[in-house]
Amino acid sequence: MAAVLESLLREEVSVAAVVRWIAHSTRGSEDNPGEAAALSSLRPLRKEFVPFLLNFLREQSSRVLPQGPPTPAKAPGASAALPGRPGGPSRGSRGARSQLFPPTEAASTAAEAPLARRGGRRRGPGPARERGGRGLEEGVSGENLPGAGGRRLRGSGSPSRPSLTLSDPPNLSNLEEFPPVGSVPPGPAGTKPSRRINPTPVSEERSLSKPKTCFTSPPISCVPSSQPSALDTSPWGLGLPPGCRSLQEEREMLRKERSKQLQQSPTPTCPTPELGSPLPSRAGSLTDEPADPARVSSRQRLELVALVYSSCIAENLVPNLFLELFFVFQLLTARRMVTAKDSDPELSPGVLDSLESPLFQSIHDCVFFAVQVLECHFQVLSNLDKGTLKLLAENERLLCFSPALQGRLRAAYEGSVAKVSLAMPPSAQAVSFQPETDNRANFSSDRAFHTFKKQRDVFYEVLREWEDHHEEPGWDFEKGLGSRIRAMMGQLSAACSHSHFVRLFQKQLLQMCQSPGGAGGTVLGEAPDVLSMLGADKLGRLWRLQERLMAPQSSGGPCPPPTFPGCQGFFRDFILSASSFQFNQHLMDSLSLKIRELNGLALPQHEPSDEDGESDVDWQGERRQFAVVLLSLRLLAKFLGFVAFLPYRGPEPPPTGELQDSILALRSQVPPVLDVRTLLQRGLQARRAVLTVPWLVEFLSFADHVVPLLDYYRDIFILLLRLHRSLVLSQESEGKMCFLNKLLLLAVLGWLFQIPTVPEDLFFLEEGPSDAFEVDTVAPEHGLDAAPVVDQQLLYTCCPYIGELRKLLALWVSGSSGRSGGFMRKITPTTTTGLGAQPSQTSQGLQARLAQAFFHNQPPSLRRTVEFVAERIGSNCVKHIKATLVADLVRQAESLLQEQLVTQGEEGGDPAQLLEILCSQLCPHGAQALALGREFCQRKSPGAVQALLPEETPAAVLSSAENIAVGLATEKACAWLSANITALIRREVKAAVSRTLRAQGPEPAARGERRGCSRACEHHAPLPSHLISEIKDVLSLAVGPRDPDEGVSPEHLEQLLGQLGQTLRCRQFLCPPAEQHLAKCSVELASLLVADQIPILGPPAQYRLERGQARRLLHMLLSLWKEDFQGPVPLQLLLSPRNVGLLADTRPREWDLLLFLLRELVEKGLMGRMEIEACLGSLHQAQWPGDFAEELATLSNLFLAEPPLPEPQLRACELVQPNRGTVLAQS
Amino acid sequence: MILTKAQYEEIAQCLVSVPPTRQSLRKLKQRFPSQSQATLLSIFSQEYQKHIKRTHAKHHTSEAIESYYQRKTEYLKGKCAFLEIRRSANRYLNGVVKNGAAPVLLDLANEVDYAPSLMARLILERFLQEHEETAPSKSVINSMLRDPSQIPDGVLANQVYQCIVNDCCYGPLVDCIKHAIGHEHEVLLRDLLLEKNLSFLDEDQLRAKGYDKTPDFILQVPVAVEGHIIHWIESKASFGDECSHHAYLHDQFWSYWNRFGPGLVIYWYGFIQELDCNRERGILLKACFPTNIVTLCHSLA
Repeated sequence: MAAVLESLLREEVSVAAVVRWIAHSTRGSEDNPGEAAALSSLRPLRKEFVPFLLNFLREQSSRVLPQGPPTPAKAPGASAALPGRPGGPSRGSRGARSQLFPPTEAASTAAEAPLARRGGRRRGPGPARERGGRGLEEGVSGENLPGAGGRRLRGSGSPSRPSLTLSDPPNLSNLEEFPPVGSVPPGPAGTKPSRRINPTPVSEERSLSKPKTCFTSPPISCVPSSQPSALDTSPWGLGLPPGCRSLQEEREMLRKERSKQLQQSPTPTCPTPELGSPLPSRAGSLTDEPADPARVSSRQRLELVALVYSSCIAENLVPNLFLELFFVFQLLTARRMVTAKDSDPELSPGVLDSLESPLFQSIHDCVFFAVQVLECHFQVLSNLDKGTLKLLAENERLLCFSPALQGRLRAAYEGSVAKVSLAMPPSAQAVSFQPETDNRANFSSDRAFHTFKKQRDVFYEVLREWEDHHEEPGWDFEKGLGSRIRAMMGQLSAACSHSHFVRLFQKQLLQMCQSPGGAGGTVLGEAPDVLSMLGADKLGRLWRLQERLMAPQSSGGPCPPPTFPGCQGFFRDFILSASSFQFNQHLMDSLSLKIRELNGLALPQHEPSDEDGESDVDWQGERRQFAVVLLSLRLLAKFLGFVAFLPYRGPEPPPTGELQDSILALRSQVPPVLDVRTLLQRGLQARRAVLTVPWLVEFLSFADHVVPLLDYYRDIFILLLRLHRSLVLSQESEGKMCFLNKLLLLAVLGWLFQIPTVPEDLFFLEEGPSDAFEVDTVAPEHGLDAAPVVDQQLLYTCCPYIGELRKLLALWVSGSSGRSGGFMRKITPTTTTGLGAQPSQTSQGLQARLAQAFFHNQPPSLRRTVEFVAERIGSNCVKHIKATLVADLVRQAESLLQEQLVTQGEEGGDPAQLLEILCSQLCPHGAQALALGREFCQRKSPGAVQALLPEETPAAVLSSAENIAVGLATEKACAWLSANITALIRREVKAAVSRTLRAQGPEPAARGERRGCSRACEHHAPLPSHLISEIKDVLSLAVGPRDPDEGVSPEHLEQLLGQLGQTLRCRQFLCPPAEQHLAKCSVELASLLVADQIPILGPPAQYRLERGQARRLLHMLLSLWKEDFQGPVPLQLLLSPRNVGLLADTRPREWDLLLFLLRELVEKGLMGRMEIEACLGSLHQAQWPGDFAEELATLSNLFLAEPPLPEPQLRACELVQPNRGTVLAQS
Repeated sequence: MILTKAQYEEIAQCLVSVPPTRQSLRKLKQRFPSQSQATLLSIFSQEYQKHIKRTHAKHHTSEAIESYYQRKTEYLKGKCAFLEIRRSANRYLNGVVKNGAAPVLLDLANEVDYAPSLMARLILERFLQEHEETAPSKSVINSMLRDPSQIPDGVLANQVYQCIVNDCCYGPLVDCIKHAIGHEHEVLLRDLLLEKNLSFLDEDQLRAKGYDKTPDFILQVPVAVEGHIIHWIESKASFGDECSHHAYLHDQFWSYWNRFGPGLVIYWYGFIQELDCNRERGILLKACFPTNIVTLCHSLA
């Protein structure tokens, strides 16, 4: 490998030839023969060149970036290349990986004291130097080391990986462990391990092709374990194999090699004396070493390497574009050179062209190299967000080294509109209740319905509790909520309940987590959020403010592992805590369905011809729509991947050998949860990779170690690799993929290739006929890929790790304060995206094709409008039929039922039978529905289309659009109606029948027609509750106990009855129960009046109500009963033993009022004589004191003996009982 | 009538072991003349109910029931004799105080610090058990309490009736008053919504559509009150104290939020100020119909 590089440096071969050689192994004919010959001998090594180059650069830069942030990876095969070549500094015993960091020898010069200090600097116990069996691992990723104080258990609960406690000295270059002074501590999420390209273990055979067994990357996450050998115990962990014992050997080999080299090469003098010890520089104030273009050593060599490197990047020969950019930015912002004894700035001319001398001998070299590379990638840079561009354009080193590039960047900055914001979404909104899917009719039983009702509430209760507590230290999801969640899941017995709950879960997931930027609440299929409509401005400002107040979230370096940030953590933990296989299965079904649905959504396609102002407006909407769909897909796919691979991820290392074979044999039998391979193939064919690949990557990022070994998934990875290779950014042409679309795909694919479970040899070894990546596109010429659907906001939302570039630059600007730039802004969507309906699958051949053709040359908005109108009108049509035709039929059913009930008598017959009779009569009328539906669509659709299309739409286009809308709407409506109308009628009639039958049941009188208050009524009558309360007070006074000074005045009683009349006449506030109680209380009051039991206030002597007053009050009551009460009045209570018994207490007993009352009742028709007779008869059966029974009998006889008499005769009756204290005497 | 927690506690403090009679209420009104009567009554009622809930079990042990029943029976026997004497005396003296019946059961309830209506129910249950041999059904008991005339024993009927009309916190009459008050305020709220031209779906309509949880009103077009979005309004004709508010939150308000988003609760008789802490979360408390309602501006849409 080095030979290639060296021949390049010696200008034996051209850069172009080298790149061609690497990229296209099969070609070479166009190279000049000499070059070809030089390279062809090296052919076997071709595949290893890029890894070698990357590792070479990392290694060379190791002294510059001692305290750089997590450094990007080395590639496999690097160390394999080294031993073959003499020269180069020896690096002591830490193995190849250690070359990225300050050489131990260098450190040891300044060593003893610093070592002690290092120990002190280690925050916390710092036990787990997790090597995961990889020498290359530690030190680079902050994740490996428990930064005790700063590190928190990540909410994601991702696995810890196998760790080994090493006795190595602490790694000074670990930014996390030894952060630069004043730098921001890692965000709450902690930094994620950067995935590095791992070295293939050195062995004599160099069997690169053997199945991969090693990963250098730390596993997804990072619960650092202090147990040396503790394996990952979390079930979803992407455990790291502890294997690779051979690395020890490797290190040993390297050490020997190095020492040989050291002996051979001249000992360099130290070029940077002020950096005698690297330690003070970390601890003390950082003085950045100025970079000076004039002091660059070996320009030519740097230029050449930069060119090769840039070309490799440009050809997508490196796994991760942004990782390389990150590395270059690190070089650009390197603060100082670490002293290395073995580096010699003043190289003798003899070694200039070889690789034996360090490539970067000073900061000047680094910056020069970085700027060289950046110049080649201006196009990528110019497409970064505005904030990054600003920082780049303002970078003084860049200005100093390449004013031209700086100028272009400045111009790009000024022209950029790509403000990006990753604000967190506001707190949860609940999924709204939709009667169509959520009401009783959608459940198998009342029990299931009510269970789900409770579950919904428990779910949100749990969610609210999580919101309140999950950020509190020491709060644990499982401990806090686990048992409640499982109890709730335990109630989901019916399968249908599971699907209901899953629907709720999925909707809530989409609503809360869809995107950090989509905070406005644009959720697929949901009504637009009022918040965003009402106060978008205010809210936008609030969120922007919030964003500034929040520390920028560290996304964990340029290659973070998959995580569940923010609210997603809730859903992930919920799934884990629920640990319900039914739930998981239903969830997977539902997620798969939704993914298919969204992935197949007919997104508008770009028409290049349509590039005027208006289409800009359209594009705004379409981009937003695309973003909504894409982000939803990614979220759903992430959870699908999480759940689908959950059973296969475990703490144990990936199996090897026979065990692996048997597992592979088993797993290959299992059909994939979703046929992603087909979806990918179709997506590529239809040129919709920009939609399909990003969610597929999310899905695959949760795959377990075995997955990439399965044929099915291997095919997918190969397809993705080929796609990656084909996405050359510089090749732009009409109809091909847009730049930002490519950039998005490169970013997500690059990220995927760094996921620990994805074998890294896949990238370098999978020899795809890369130039043969020509998908047979059956799609229209302009697929989604060619449409500018991706903008920076979406790019950064999908790949927040690109923001690490900006952080790096900001860190440089602000010295050591890690705040990201001050001008982050939030782009708040203020309108909502209505997803167009899917095109209806018409089967009418030619007509359908004509309609398609019609839309082809029209703006996409036209098609959307027509589809939208058709969908809505079609749906409304069904509702219209329900409200008209079906409602009429239901009314008929009700009257038919009434007839039935009348003819069949009270019992009414068997309800089921009744229903059958009615349905057989009514259902045939359903046939009218189709005609009515057709008429409705015809009537309504054109107006809607007209209203929605622009004024200048040509008449012919308009009428065609109208007709198509009518046709589609009719088709939709009629399809539904013809399939469902009978069932609908049946259902509605059934509901009506049970309603009617129920109404037949208890309290029919209460349901009877009631009079309202008169039109002039102003509802000023006293409130019923007030009256009941007042009457109750009178009653309680009457029955006692009472104080001596308590009582009521006659006027008060009269007023009370007057008010009662008003209240009863104004029905506004009166409800049946209140009226019933008023009626009963009025009867009680009458009884107390008759028995003269009401304590009257007044002159002390007069404590009994006057006869006349009593009669007046009774008259009022009679009139109320007669005229004003609409419900039944329990007048028979007047003759209940208890009320009549009240008379027993009075001395002398006065029967006249009772008799008066009874006669009046008959007179007014309030009670029948027979009824009263019956009551009086039953009174005799009660036990009374002897004299009372006698008197009662007399009264009874009196009443019964005489026919109803007018007032004058009443006296006569009274006269018959002179001994009873007569009415005459007192009235 | 929004009270601070301190103000509320001052009132609640005065209500410790006060019997639920009209006399107690009168005293309370004198003690806090500045508070509205309805608010005081509501607080009184709630405090008393809390008290009863705490002590309920104590009165429902079979020993306690037995002892009450025996005492009542003895009292009645003794007092009836006494009453006869007093009645005779009254007849002659043209009595100053004329009690229809001696408040035996009521006194017993007050003596053991239990709600008169509940005491009446307890004794009635026990009575029916003794006289009818089969355990009386709940509906029979309720019906007898609503209409004591149905009670086979006339003396007990009077006693029960007396308990019921003298109890201002429990009993069928009180229940009816509470129900009526609730209904009246719903009507009031409906009128106000109509007056403001806010279209809504009421409970009955929602139930007919099959909603599983139904606030009093769901606004068809949401509005904003004091900067908060309102999708639904619930009317509560009571005072919002901690206990009832938490119960309502759990059983109703959060359930509404879970289905319909943020909303407004009107506690017509006031509430404890400190409870209005979920505004940001989506539950706004008011003690009256809000005055400044911001509606969706159609010209913008």
